[in-house]
Amino acid sequence: MDGEPLVRWYWIGDHLAYLRDLTLDHAVIALVPVLIALLIAVPLGLACARFPRLYQPLSAVFNVVYALPSLAVFVVLIPYTGLATRATVMVPLTFYALAVLLPTTVDGLRSVPDSVRQAATAMGYGPWHRLSAVELPAAVPYLVSGLRVAAVSSISLAAVGALIGRGGLGYLFIDGFQRTFPTPIVAGIVLVAALALVTDLLLILARRLLAPWAVRPEAAR
Amino acid sequence: MNWINWLNTFFTAPARQSGPDAITHRVTEHLALSGEALFYAALLAVPLGLLIGYTGRGAVAVTALTGVARALPTLGLVTLAVLVGGVTDTAILLPLVALAAPPVLVATVEGVRGTDPDLRDAALGIGLTNRQVLWQVCLPNALPTILSGLRTAAVQVIATATVAAYVGLGGLGRYVIDGLATRDFPATLGGALLVVLLAVATQLLFAGLIRYALPRGVRAQRAAGAETARSS
Repeated sequence: MDGEPLVRWYWIGDHLAYLRDLTLDHAVIALVPVLIALLIAVPLGLACARFPRLYQPLSAVFNVVYALPSLAVFVVLIPYTGLATRATVMVPLTFYALAVLLPTTVDGLRSVPDSVRQAATAMGYGPWHRLSAVELPAAVPYLVSGLRVAAVSSISLAAVGALIGRGGLGYLFIDGFQRTFPTPIVAGIVLVAALALVTDLLLILARRLLAPWAVRPEAAR
Repeated sequence: MNWINWLNTFFTAPARQSGPDAITHRVTEHLALSGEALFYAALLAVPLGLLIGYTGRGAVAVTALTGVARALPTLGLVTLAVLVGGVTDTAILLPLVALAAPPVLVATVEGVRGTDPDLRDAALGIGLTNRQVLWQVCLPNALPTILSGLRTAAVQVIATATVAAYVGLGGLGRYVIDGLATRDFPATLGGALLVVLLAVATQLLFAGLIRYALPRGVRAQRAAGAETARSS
């Protein structure tokens, strides 16, 4: 790479629309799985909080899932969901997000002190009303901090999908590497990090709006 | 079930028994890369975490820094490092250390901070210096937490080191990437399986270490009470 500068600005200027499309594709591939995982984690977390016996084996399973290398899982899925399809990347990302979100949901639901729960019951709240008015709001700060970890990891993991042909911004790394041309790589790193930071800020904002009382419980992972 | 056939093809091929593409050789390469990355990450993150956790200063900076590090894509960093510095182990070590350091740092800070304040006061009260409190009270107390941070880091590093093969470095990723390139699905699958096995073995190893590292008194306490504390 003799004499080649790290960034050639004209290339970025020429490819603005292209970079925008890749960023949007990346956002969909990385964040839709997190949303799906959230929709699964809340009911599953409720079930786990009610039946602790269910939680032990589930958390063991998800601990193993978290250890699976993303590239390996993508590869194993290819025969079923196809090479270079969104699904091949999105299915594993959903499981990774779930592995982060399930424990945080359960921790959140368990964070309600028994006295508060009993007070709600004493005030005449039925189980559903108590759930929607007391337990779920109490879990929101935990959920959001889980979402932050899940979303940021998902965004940086999705780039690996480029190795099997569908990784949004990750394609820039392959492209730049094959042509010994660092500009797309630098652009890709900056855009992935920027997408992650913007998502993170939006989630912090969401927590301020949804749970203004929260005193920032930080996620364990 | 042709999965069995694929795996059988992979594990019995002569190239996997000896030479540079032998399974033992690739596993050794993979473990060496991952171990080196974890070592540097710990060297960087543990002392810093002890300092920050004990003094309570710089916690905000830690949160921000770990957030940014988590957002950096390994594949991008490694391709860039190779273009800038050539195909060397450093090219993959840099992104892997960036991946491994944040969980270790966060765990160390949390572990030190999680030490019972009464215990710290008592230690200071019987005349221990700050340094002694840190080494003799806070560190043993934080050790299980630090180890669980190292476990998270190790598993992520082992999983991610696969990417090194894309830029021409060794390790188990070679099977996965070469298999993809030559449409040799058994190789890809076999490589993936080996990575998973390594990751699971690492988890078990650390689970054992964490059990062992728990101070005896705490272990007795845990055994008496319900063992509900999640270690990560």
